[in-house]
Amino acid sequence: MIGNRILVLVFSFCTQVSLAQKAELVSLAQLQTLMASADQPVQIINFWATWCAPCVKELPLLEKLNRERNDVRVTLVSMDMDLDTNPEKVYKFISRKNIQSRVVILNERDPNSWISTIDTSWSGALPATLIVNSTTGKRRFWERELHEGDLERLMEEVK
Amino acid sequence: MNTMKKAMIGLVVALFFAGSPVKKGYEVGDSATDFKLKNVDGRIVSLAGYKDAKGFIIVFDCNTCPYSRAYDERIVALSKKYAPQNFPLIAINANDPESSSGDSFDNMVKDARRKGYDFPYLVDETQEVAKAYGATNTPHVFVLIKNGSNLTVAYIGTIDDNARNPSDVTKKYVENAVDALLAGKPVTTTKTRAVGCGIKWKSA
Repeated sequence: MIGNRILVLVFSFCTQVSLAQKAELVSLAQLQTLMASADQPVQIINFWATWCAPCVKELPLLEKLNRERNDVRVTLVSMDMDLDTNPEKVYKFISRKNIQSRVVILNERDPNSWISTIDTSWSGALPATLIVNSTTGKRRFWERELHEGDLERLMEEVK
Repeated sequence: MNTMKKAMIGLVVALFFAGSPVKKGYEVGDSATDFKLKNVDGRIVSLAGYKDAKGFIIVFDCNTCPYSRAYDERIVALSKKYAPQNFPLIAINANDPESSSGDSFDNMVKDARRKGYDFPYLVDETQEVAKAYGATNTPHVFVLIKNGSNLTVAYIGTIDDNARNPSDVTKKYVENAVDALLAGKPVTTTKTRAVGCGIKWKSA
């Protein structure tokens, strides 16, 4: 009986781990296509990096939303390659933290040429989060760490 | 005027100010204010103390951000190149040590030694200087040109176009700006953006 329970536990743990995403390397054009997609009514695009402490701290809030809301699509855009060409660190992070949201790794040079195309108000500082309601077309850009309740309030603002 | 009217006007004025956007630091061409901040050697530094300076390279920097660390040597090189030409470099750390303990004053003293900072590395304890300038991330550079006692912002942004690797740099934004100013020419690229660590602000 107990043995069965352990088996079930081990099995569910394994499937969880195997569900962790493998992040895709994307160009700016590919990222913009993702950002414009309307596969869910609300798109949340979060810019982060494994080295960024406040980014890592706010990730559970994004993961929770991704898990609990069927009308929200969360995309985590890793900026790690701006400092390190090897994406291995990102892959390891995703599997260690068992990240379930979609993760892409931006592979672009010369940030000055494209930062303002993401949002004209963005300085380039991390973390930063874009919230788009594809139904109303409204968007909000949030250039600071997310705290409990921020995402819900921002989604309300783009309704 | 009766009390009701006064109250109404008061409310309208309050709403107007509540809705007006907060000024977000300097733009190129604005005049910059001086400051008095504590250096890692314990002394207070202000720009007015540099009588012969033609201008300044102000770098909002910190101990902990990987971008700042990637630029440590390039910041030292900038100071080495321009301080002798009366264009000194001054680094300022505005990070709140409450949320980033590695940025405490004691750690700044250690870090300045490790990085070989032979120029001021100042602590902006109240974060008022960073807010006045509109610094957002680290490292964030403001190049100032001096006319008499006036300081004018001539460049705002990043040091160059490649944080990852100094040998892959194709645009040296700060060097180009300072070279132009020293030659009495206009700065070509006056504003740039870069990915970086957001300044760790004190919680309101």
